[in-house]
Amino acid sequence: MADTADTQTSKAPEPAKTILDAKTPDGPIAEKWDKARFDMKLMSPANRRKFRIIVVGSGLAGGSAAATLGELGYNVDCFAYQDSPRRAHSVSAQGGINAAKNYRNDGDSIFRLFYDTVKGGDYRSREANVYRLAQVSNNIIDQCVAQGVPFAREYGGLLDNRSFGGAQVSRTFYARGQTGQQLLLGAYQALARQIHAGRVRMHTRTEMLDLVVVNGVARGIVTRDLRNGKIERWLGDAVVLATGGYSNAFYLSTNAKGCNVTAVWRAHRRGAYFANPCYTQIHPTCIPQSGEHQSKLTLMSESLRNDGRIWAPRQPGDTRAPGDIPEKERWYYLEERYPSFGNLVPRDIASRAAKSVVDAGHGVGPRRNGVYLDFADAIERLGVNVIRDRYGNLFDMYENITGENPYEVPMRIYPALHYTMGGLWVDYNLMSTIPGMFAIGEANFSDHGANRLGASALMQGLADGYFVLPYTLSNYLAQAKLEPLTTDHEAFRAVEEEVNGRVERLLKANGERSVDSYHRELGQILWEYCGMERSEEGLKKALELIPTLREEYWQNVRVPGESEELNQSLEKAGRVADFMELAELMCIDALQRKESCGAHFRSEYQTADGEARRDDENYAYVAAWEYAGDGRAPILNKEPLTFEYVALSQRSYK
Amino acid sequence: MKFKLRIWRQPNTLIKGRFEEYEVDDVGPDESFLEMLDMLNEQLIANGGEPVAFDHDCREGICGMCGIMINGVAHGPKAATTACQLHMRHFKDGDVIVVEPWRAKAFPVIKDLVVERAALDRIIQAGGYISASTGSAPDANSIPVPKPVADTAMDAAACIGCGACVAACPNSSAMLFTAAKVGHLNVLPQGQAERFDRAVLMVDEMEAEGFGGCTNIGECAAVCPKEIGLDFIAMLNREYLRGKLKGAGSRNA
Ligand SMILES: Cc1cc2nc3c(=O)[nH]c(=O)nc-3n(C[C@H](O)[C@H](O)[C@H](O)COP(=O)(O)OP(=O)(O)OC[C@H]3O[C@@H](n4cnc5c(N)ncnc54)[C@H](O)[C@@H]3O)c2cc1C
Ligand code: SF4
Ligand code: FES
Repeated sequence: MADTADTQTSKAPEPAKTILDAKTPDGPIAEKWDKARFDMKLMSPANRRKFRIIVVGSGLAGGSAAATLGELGYNVDCFAYQDSPRRAHSVSAQGGINAAKNYRNDGDSIFRLFYDTVKGGDYRSREANVYRLAQVSNNIIDQCVAQGVPFAREYGGLLDNRSFGGAQVSRTFYARGQTGQQLLLGAYQALARQIHAGRVRMHTRTEMLDLVVVNGVARGIVTRDLRNGKIERWLGDAVVLATGGYSNAFYLSTNAKGCNVTAVWRAHRRGAYFANPCYTQIHPTCIPQSGEHQSKLTLMSESLRNDGRIWAPRQPGDTRAPGDIPEKERWYYLEERYPSFGNLVPRDIASRAAKSVVDAGHGVGPRRNGVYLDFADAIERLGVNVIRDRYGNLFDMYENITGENPYEVPMRIYPALHYTMGGLWVDYNLMSTIPGMFAIGEANFSDHGANRLGASALMQGLADGYFVLPYTLSNYLAQAKLEPLTTDHEAFRAVEEEVNGRVERLLKANGERSVDSYHRELGQILWEYCGMERSEEGLKKALELIPTLREEYWQNVRVPGESEELNQSLEKAGRVADFMELAELMCIDALQRKESCGAHFRSEYQTADGEARRDDENYAYVAAWEYAGDGRAPILNKEPLTFEYVALSQRSYK
Repeated sequence: MKFKLRIWRQPNTLIKGRFEEYEVDDVGPDESFLEMLDMLNEQLIANGGEPVAFDHDCREGICGMCGIMINGVAHGPKAATTACQLHMRHFKDGDVIVVEPWRAKAFPVIKDLVVERAALDRIIQAGGYISASTGSAPDANSIPVPKPVADTAMDAAACIGCGACVAACPNSSAMLFTAAKVGHLNVLPQGQAERFDRAVLMVDEMEAEGFGGCTNIGECAAVCPKEIGLDFIAMLNREYLRGKLKGAGSRNA
């Protein structure tokens, strides 16, 4: 094995195979993006018509990119597995989107948004990318308003903002509890306009199953039409992956059921490096699992922590109803441990604290798997009407799911998998290590380091799609020397044959167990050993369990039906097969990173009072994994991270 | 809890479908309707059968992908709730539950409970947007929108495009869906330039897609999971008539 699975306690990790070049422009950080744009080769409108671009995904990232590329005059093929682009998982984001508008005059600025994001990411992101993100954040709000996104307004008619996720400025724009839906509808409408104009061909219910690389350059994809199973080849001058995150590797997560890693994983196997797969974010306020048949977990917006108080019974095993537990026997553990931030500590800290409380036997609810989020004080202080105004829809949603009324009994919450910071490695231009293949949105790794701040994923998806990729992709096409091709090329034929082979193998296994049963088992392994807290011992255990499970899967999975029809078991089977491979890489990455940072918490590396202990000297790098062939250890490549504008410091929320 | 299910099975668009009966046992009251269907499917797979195909994704009531008739009611018995957010505690142990796909000429069945709803997308493509290409926007606060107007726009924009309104309507009309989009954009200052074209183009497209006309029955609003009100249909009728009188409805993509 290369310098990966090495677990000796040597101080310095072995030198990386390659030092990756992010192609970050020179100059002061505030001028880099302007300079990059000025240096780019321009393409005339007449020339743009000659290019065809494949965009996989129609969420905030893919939808905004496809629409904008269409407006510029490119021919775009856009793909989504849902029956409409408007249903991409971005639709479920509730809380809001950040921007450095400083409309509240409360001291916000581009630099502050940049600073907060780098710090929030626990110093594991690329400064230049984050700065650009903060710069274009303001354009996003302008663009969305022009499209008719109905953001919340104040009585004077101007835009309202709120503070989110513990930020000390109010920079979050929102549309009730449906911000993701409204932003997505904005992008979807822009996309619809381009579809109507004939610039974008939309392919719904069509799943990308592989990437086609011709002479080292990405030139197309192979898809399956989910309606009838037809396998098809698509040629493009560039391929953009905007296929979202991989939280569903854990089976239970807050993501939509169809979210998957297939497109990204297939591209990885064709040469795209996968960066920081172990950076997975757990959201502290989700509704705890209620039964064995549970299919997903539901997020309760983070904004609830602004007014709710988190507590558990002081006495382990206390089964009294919450109302029967007197005040002095209630343990407000976050307020006690973090007097200055209290219930508003960052997601990773709040999540880990809840886990340790539940693990120590203080859990509440029928399955003793949650903690209370209590609004009684807030209702007394502000009145029930104010609380209803602020959180009415969330309270209704909670009651609908649990059958309990949170105005009367405290909510029960527990952390759940939510977002993945890791993803395809991309350079400053959002291009992967395969020339001609770009990755945007949650599918890439670029901006959130080891931990994402609330309301910044929507911002990143739209920044990439509306304002960054259209430039960098044009610049690539203006210079690329693309050979004339058709889908009859040998490379297309070979990839299609592989795709068919996989589909056939899954159908033929005809074993004993359903796809879901394997997916649940994989999820349990990851949650146990590669979840909120990881240890060398646990990760090594997972690295034994996962390959065994994977092997059994291919022998013993049962996928009913045929390939030439709508076959949802088959769709799931392919996705789970890829999660099984990814899961191993996640554990390898977590094992390799002998430090705690952001959402990655290794039990061996913590401070005396149980906080994450970073090791900047040895681990201030992006781990970009290269696929080395089946049965071979992946190769670690590194992109060193330097911090010129934000001084490295230990996070403290005490 | 235990249930008897009568479920519509149809292999594809061309072959005729029929009801099949199944039983599921051991269902928890906190399980969602779709989790109950998951259980049935696990059971079918274990016994060598074919699982029932149904659409779903977010399972949070926001993506609009799930959509089934439950005992003859689009999305089932609970008001303002999608099928994925319907929980089994709203049924009685031993209930017989009939499950069917959306039925409308414009929504052909693909398989079992899964239908094709692309016609709704084409109504949006006909004019359900504001033409504002990326990069051309002025500062966001240069377009003040009075709060009540923004709130009305948001009420309409809450539509998730599920198609329950169509499935519930005896005429299979898509007026509530179309009205929701027109309502969202036409009340906003940003939406004024294309206001009448939008109304005319979208309604004309709706008719061309084979959706029926609206005869004010109101079944649509009764099943709408996002409680889109009939007043938006009244508004659309006004916008459409005024648009027609002005000769609006030219393409402006
Ligand atoms: C419950 C919830 C609440 C959230 N709230 C917030 C919030 O308040 N603020 C915030 O900033 N962020 C929030 N997030 C995170 C944010 O919503 C996501 O990170 C972001 O929307 C991802 O956008 P995307 O465009 O990258 O991917 P997605 O929206 O996931 O889109 C992926 C697209 O790719 C397509 N696709 C995937 N695989 C394939 C394939 N193999 N073939 C073809 N097509 C494929 C899908 O059809 C879809 O169109 C939330 C996330 C969750 C789960
Ligand atoms: S109007 Fe209501 S029922 Fe009709 S598509 Fe929209 S959300 Fe669904
Ligand atoms: S599955 Fe998304 S609304 Fe029901």
